[in-house]
Amino acid sequence: MTTQSPSTNGKPKFAMYWAASCGGCEIAVLNIGEKILDVDANFEVAFWPVAMDAKYKDVEAMPDGSILLTLFNGGIRNSENEEIAKLLRRKSQILVAFGSCASEGCIPGLANLSSSNQILDTVYSTVSTDNPQGIRPQHKYAMPEGEIQIPKFYPVLRTLDQVVPVDYYMPGCPPESHQIAAVIDLVIKVLHGEAQLPPKGAVIGAGGSTVCDDCPRKRNVKLIKKFVRIQDLEHIDPELCLLEQGIPCNGPATRSGCGALCPQASAQCIGCYGPADGVVDYGARLVAAFASVIDSNDPEEIEHILDGIPDPTGQFYRFNLAGSLLRAARPAWEG
Amino acid sequence: MTENFEPTIIGFTCNWCSYRAADLAGTARVKYPPNVRLIRLMCSGRLDPAFVMKALAEGADGVLITGCHPGECHYLEQNYKALRRFLLLRRTLAGMGIEPGRVKLVWASAAEGVRLANEIATMVEEIRALGPLRWPRWHTWNGLFIEEKSRAEGVPA
Repeated sequence: MTTQSPSTNGKPKFAMYWAASCGGCEIAVLNIGEKILDVDANFEVAFWPVAMDAKYKDVEAMPDGSILLTLFNGGIRNSENEEIAKLLRRKSQILVAFGSCASEGCIPGLANLSSSNQILDTVYSTVSTDNPQGIRPQHKYAMPEGEIQIPKFYPVLRTLDQVVPVDYYMPGCPPESHQIAAVIDLVIKVLHGEAQLPPKGAVIGAGGSTVCDDCPRKRNVKLIKKFVRIQDLEHIDPELCLLEQGIPCNGPATRSGCGALCPQASAQCIGCYGPADGVVDYGARLVAAFASVIDSNDPEEIEHILDGIPDPTGQFYRFNLAGSLLRAARPAWEG
Repeated sequence: MTENFEPTIIGFTCNWCSYRAADLAGTARVKYPPNVRLIRLMCSGRLDPAFVMKALAEGADGVLITGCHPGECHYLEQNYKALRRFLLLRRTLAGMGIEPGRVKLVWASAAEGVRLANEIATMVEEIRALGPLRWPRWHTWNGLFIEEKSRAEGVPA
C-alpha cells in the first residue's frame, strides 16, 4: 500500500483498528450486510488490519488529520496498543471509541482485578498449558543479530479515552449491526452536507435511557428474599421483571440501544452497552438498584440474601471495570 | 510509616440525626480527632455508593456512613436502604482489594454526640492500623507500575 496525501481517488479515508479486543466488533461491522458497499462507495479504506494488509509505517507516512473516520476497538493493554492509539489520534479527524472495550474496558478490562504475574501465571503456567520450560514472554531479548523487542505489557488495561482524546463513543459488545449501519448512514449524510455531526464526546449508536425502559417485562416493585442464578431456575416467568424474580439483571444501569434482546429471551442483561446517561459509576448504580429489591431490614438476613451474588465485583463491573471510578483492583496496580 | 500517618476519612452524615450529633459534640466541647471531614446529606438513604467510591479513589483512607437508628428515620425507612446498600457495597469493594474496615456504617441519634465522637475516634485508630489506602490518582497515571518509592516513603500519590 502506498497511500499518499489526501486521497488517491478523492474519497475520504476510513480506518478501523483493533487493540486489546476479540475481533467481534469487526464481525459486527461486516454484519451490516450490503451497507458495507456504501462504506466502500464513500470511503477509501486506508488502514484496517483485520481486513487488508497494511503497515504501521504507511500510516505514519500519512499527513496528520488525513483519515476522516477511525473506528478504534479494543482497550489499551500494552505499549503497541498505546502507540497506535496515539498514531491514529494524530492521523484522524474523527476518532470513535468503538465497542465496549475501547469505551469502558469490557471483558479484557476484568484483568484489572489481577496482577500482571497472576495473568501470566494463568496463561503460561496452568495445567492446561504445555510449557515445560516455564518460558515467559520477555519485553527485550538479545539475539545474535541484535536486541529484539515485543510490546510492553501494562499492569492495568485502560480505555481509549484514558490514553487519547476521543470524539465519539459507540457502546456495545459488540455494537448492534443496525446501530452501526445507522451511524454509517449518518456519517455519509454529513459527507454530503445533509446532516450534522452530534456534539463532540457524544455517545452514538445507542439510546440515552436504560435497558429497563426498552424491556417489555412487567415491574411490580416486588421485593425478593433471594438471588438465584438463572441456570438454577426451572421456570422463568416470561412476563415478570427478571430482577424481581431474583435473577441478577444489570438492566437498571445499562444504556439502552440493544432493544433489550437478552431479557426478552429470558436471559439477564449483563450490561454490555455500558452505563446509561447520568450514571457516574456503573457498579455503584447497580449496588443501589440491587439493594433496593432486597426484602429485609435485618443485617443477618440481608447478608444471607447477598450470598446469592457470589461475585458482586464481577457482576457489577463485567464490562465497565476499566472505565469505573476505581478502575482496577489493588493487586493490579500494586504489581 | 503508620506512626505518623494521619488518615483522611470522609464522613457522610444525616441532616436529622448524626449531623446534629456532631454538632452536639461540638457544642458540648467533646473532643474527637480532626481526621474526619463531614459531609451533610438529607438522609443516609441519599448516599449513592458512587460517593464512597469517589472518596476512596480520590484520596480518602476510609469512609464513615452515619444515619438514624433503625426505626427512627426521618423518611420512615431510608436508613434500611442505606444498610442494604452498605452491605452490598462492602462486598463489591472487597473484590477491588479494599478492606471491609475502611467503610463503616454507624447509627447515631441527635442526642448521641459523645457516642459519635467515640465512633470517630475508634475508626481513626482502625484506619491508622490498616495504613494508607493510596489509591492511584488515575488522571495523572503514566500507564506503568505505581512507583514503589513513593509508596514506601509514605508520600501521597
